[in-house]
Amino acid sequence: MNYEQFLEELLENDDRYIVMTSENRSAIRNLPDKIGGKFIDTGISEMTQLGMAAGLSLRGRIPVTHALSAFLTMRSFEFIRTDIGIPNLPVKMVGSFSGLLSEANGPTHQALEDISLMRGIPNVKVFCPADESDMMIGIESVLKSSSPYYIRYNDRKPIYRHSQDFAEGKAEIISDVNYVTILTYGIMFNEALEVKHLLGRHGIKAGLINFRTLKPVDEEIIINSLKKSTLTVIIEDHFTTGGLFSIVAEISLRRKKTGDIMTFSFDEKWFKPGLFKDILIYEEMTPLAISEKIYRKLDKKL
Amino acid sequence: MTEKELKRVDTLAYEARRKVIEMAAHGGCYIGSSLSCIDLIAYIYSNFINTNPNNITDEGRDYFLLSKGHAVPALYGIFSELGFINESRLKNHLSTDDFIYWHPNTNIPGVEFHSGSLGHILSVAMGIAYDCKLKNLANKIVVMLGDGELDEGSVWEGILAASSLKLYNLIIVIDRNHFQANIETEKLSMLEPLEDKFRAFLYNVYRTDGHEFSKLHDTFCKVSKAKDRMNIIIADTVRGKGLPSLENQANKWFANISPFEEEKLLSELKTVREKINNKSK
Repeated sequence: MNYEQFLEELLENDDRYIVMTSENRSAIRNLPDKIGGKFIDTGISEMTQLGMAAGLSLRGRIPVTHALSAFLTMRSFEFIRTDIGIPNLPVKMVGSFSGLLSEANGPTHQALEDISLMRGIPNVKVFCPADESDMMIGIESVLKSSSPYYIRYNDRKPIYRHSQDFAEGKAEIISDVNYVTILTYGIMFNEALEVKHLLGRHGIKAGLINFRTLKPVDEEIIINSLKKSTLTVIIEDHFTTGGLFSIVAEISLRRKKTGDIMTFSFDEKWFKPGLFKDILIYEEMTPLAISEKIYRKLDKKL
Repeated sequence: MTEKELKRVDTLAYEARRKVIEMAAHGGCYIGSSLSCIDLIAYIYSNFINTNPNNITDEGRDYFLLSKGHAVPALYGIFSELGFINESRLKNHLSTDDFIYWHPNTNIPGVEFHSGSLGHILSVAMGIAYDCKLKNLANKIVVMLGDGELDEGSVWEGILAASSLKLYNLIIVIDRNHFQANIETEKLSMLEPLEDKFRAFLYNVYRTDGHEFSKLHDTFCKVSKAKDRMNIIIADTVRGKGLPSLENQANKWFANISPFEEEKLLSELKTVREKINNKSK
């Protein structure tokens, strides 16, 4: 079952759900004909969509809103913060083409601060699935949550069989904390998995953690990695500020546990627009480039 | 509108005005903005919508949403008169022991949603209207915007979308007091010809005096019957209305008055009312 089919079934079984968009129908193209008045397209007007979602929610509806991540989280930021965050309304906000998925669109479309913005709003939770299968495993729990949720929509094809055991605030442990531990989420998961294999081929044992939700976050696994790993590696398609790197830094300080950390993220810069694979090459974020950098860093330590 | 109804709403507005003056004397409030829309809100609650302390959670209730949140003393003045909140609570104005602060919030019974950041509540009201429409409810949803608030782009986004979504159960009221903060609207962002702007969006536009109850009544009656398009009421009002010493003054948006001024303004309010009453006799 794909995302669109899931929504259709959810709406059939629960009258409270409403599907909304601001003229971004890519993931829900077939729904208007099937769900009639339960589908609302406000036109290219993200502020209106999110404000309306708050109003619908006051009436007991659960709106599942859609827009490109960049516009959902930034154009309508204050509507999310003020009209959804403050009253803690269970509006679901599905952002598409986030991070590297905006590919060749250019920096106007690059949501590299979406997680930072959304997790900064009290009450708003953040779901960042690793691929389509991971998204479909967690989506039911997320859409049925009584909290407002930001969902970093991800329909990348899976190369890994994910655990069906989903719980918010609980990371998926692909392989446990080790000499090196890779912390990742979302779109970079497949690359991180490859990094783990590449390191393993050269005798470096690496743990791999998939943070399905970044808020709430699995704090214990982060502390565990900082305590036990020689190197904790963070891989994310997000600005270095505000994403997983910042989350780790916050927890590290609060819990007074630190360790060597290496981060692969965008430090005060947007990425070079292009196709996904070419961006990874240009930005030196291919599994091979990342593995080599980790290897060199470890080499220096030896 | 019967004599009895007229007297009732007139008394409601008068008593609520007294409360606004009292709040201005307890730490200050947006008095000019409150007094321009207080007759409108009084009319809406006493004659147009069926919302009272006993039905504020009913699914089919009528809604009033104040988008120009800083005019909340007008709303609270009316709420205390209509029994939504106890009058004694208004003495807690700005106290951290209560929730009577400069913008509306849902801790106060009867407030449907918090507001303060301008340009938000039209879309929130649209969401409420959409759900009511989907459920075929006959209830009314009224949202009041300030004229200065029309500077916000999100208002025009909402105006465009509401029409396309055919939310004819939603009534938009503009408090056209010709000021925004301490500036005249036309000296900052020119709004006129305002009626033409909404007509161009295919709205039914009604322009009325926002203080004369019989005229308000005629206008709202017309709106009730018009279900073919979106309806918008532009109510021409006077900033600080009811207190000639404050009326139409750019610097009387917010006022923090002393107990002496409070006495003076309460007495001014009374005198003005008596004069009007004597004239009509």
